[in-house]
Amino acid sequence: MKALRNYLDKIKPLFEKGGKLENLHSTFEAFEGFLFVPNKVTFKGSHIRDSVDMKRTMSVVVIALIPALLFGMWNVGFQHFLSISEETELWTCFWFGFLKVFPIIVVSYVVGLGIEFLFAQIRGHEVNEGFLVTGMLIPLILPPDIPLWMVAVATAFAVVIGKEVFGGTGMNILNPALTARAFLFFAYPQDMSGDKVWISEKGDAISGATPLGDALVDNIDKIPKMSDMFFGFIPGSIGETSTLAILIGAAILLFTGIGSWRIMLSVFAGGFIMGLLFNLWGLNEYMKIPAQEHLIMGGFAFGAVFMATDPVTASQTNKGKYIYGFLIGLIAILVRVFNPAYPEGMMLAILLMNVFAPLIDHYVIEANIKRRLKRIKIPVKN
Amino acid sequence: MNSEKSDREPLFSLKNRKLITNPLSKDNPITVQVLGICSALAVTAKLEPAFVMSISVIAVLAIANVIIALLRNTIPPRIRIIVQLIVIASLVILVDQVLKAFAYDVSKQLSVFVGLIITNCIIMGRLEAFAMGNKPWPAFLDGVGNAFGYAWILIVVAFFRELLGSGTIWGYPIIENLGFYNWGYKDNGFMILPPMALIVVGIIIWIQRYRNKDLIEDK
Repeated sequence: MKALRNYLDKIKPLFEKGGKLENLHSTFEAFEGFLFVPNKVTFKGSHIRDSVDMKRTMSVVVIALIPALLFGMWNVGFQHFLSISEETELWTCFWFGFLKVFPIIVVSYVVGLGIEFLFAQIRGHEVNEGFLVTGMLIPLILPPDIPLWMVAVATAFAVVIGKEVFGGTGMNILNPALTARAFLFFAYPQDMSGDKVWISEKGDAISGATPLGDALVDNIDKIPKMSDMFFGFIPGSIGETSTLAILIGAAILLFTGIGSWRIMLSVFAGGFIMGLLFNLWGLNEYMKIPAQEHLIMGGFAFGAVFMATDPVTASQTNKGKYIYGFLIGLIAILVRVFNPAYPEGMMLAILLMNVFAPLIDHYVIEANIKRRLKRIKIPVKN
Repeated sequence: MNSEKSDREPLFSLKNRKLITNPLSKDNPITVQVLGICSALAVTAKLEPAFVMSISVIAVLAIANVIIALLRNTIPPRIRIIVQLIVIASLVILVDQVLKAFAYDVSKQLSVFVGLIITNCIIMGRLEAFAMGNKPWPAFLDGVGNAFGYAWILIVVAFFRELLGSGTIWGYPIIENLGFYNWGYKDNGFMILPPMALIVVGIIIWIQRYRNKDLIEDK
């Protein structure tokens, strides 16, 4: 460790202003920041630098994603062997899934970070750690058999069009990971939806539809038991199936204070209330699905915990967070039940509310100003 | 009249050439003035309709500009918009009839968008901003320049959308003939959808601003 530090200190002048490799300054800083705690201190004023910088925030989110990732890897294998009616052990399942999922993760990180470094070099700013999370989120919301070149194209699109054109991490309007998924969803629908893609190398023994796909074509009786959906023994995107693993991640986010409990709570509340409304309405079988089942089907839980809470694209005000989250839950269930073309409404709901988040904030702040203006008692002379 | 003759300038003076070259790049109707976006999204899924649309707009805009420039001193200001619309509408009907007679298939594909040339903001904009106050020859050049500025964006957008979205160029299955499909390549369905046209236009604007820093607004 010490040798590494010494080495970095030795080559540091090369990258500083006037140094030989000045142009690669941001690359150097990114690696130094990745390896060591940055030694930046404030010189003016009475500020204290919190040890929770962006690097640590992002690392915690990645740690919170690990349960969903590990379970997802196992489930990919489990679903595969189930579909070809083979009994296997836990490790065989996991290894099969690992071989499927790991290349996707590698491609997502290499392409995404490559573009981030490129832009940082050209624009001369620091490489931000934002992509560490995005690069992990992208594989988790894709079907296991997605061709790798598609992952690369989608990641490039998400980073360039979703983020860099707006000025990089922190300036983006849309969640980059969901931008990648939406891109794939509209560009290559045959690889992103239907009942063929959710099980890796599917045998013909079972249909392969996700619970949401079944519900859409009125196969209500085919929907798995609630416990199966909660623990995640169902086909689906890699990381979204197990609500339990996602809740573990949620607990980590909430315990460290990185994810907003207001958003998570209100997303679930919005989805639950919309589900209840449909139960009361009950026009068709789909509407009669119990509201609590909606919350554990498809990507609802994953979106609520990891996507909606993205601090950049969510509402910033506390009141706004409740409105933002509630509407996400509401719209997600609405799209699911009413629009047969989009079996999964969570992605579209979050992207839509991402766009509206600044507007919500604006009105929350305006309302606050108005409320406080009323309190001022100006003597009125008649 | 005498005074007009005395200061007559050469047909392609620097000023006149600027009328054509400016709209191609730094004063482009689509990427800088952001006009005519609607049809740029609608007709650019394939190269052929985009090309025909471009030709139509070039014809309409050039002729309308000349006609309005000829009439400019006789049009009462209060009804000038109606007069301009009548001129544009007559020309669009002509273009529509010509297309139906000689290129029926394409005119089917373009459907309402030929008629909607009337509402293309570029045409009204040039008539108002230029033809009403200039002589026929510069008005003609201005019309041709702006219409070409519109046209090349359309063609570029349509080229990429057709190539990536349908795997063809002008109907020729280039991707299939190169054998990309055998390697697992698939056409990008998103490219056919109008939002992607907006993004492609956005990328052109991005490149243009990167090359020409004058276009970037002061903060």
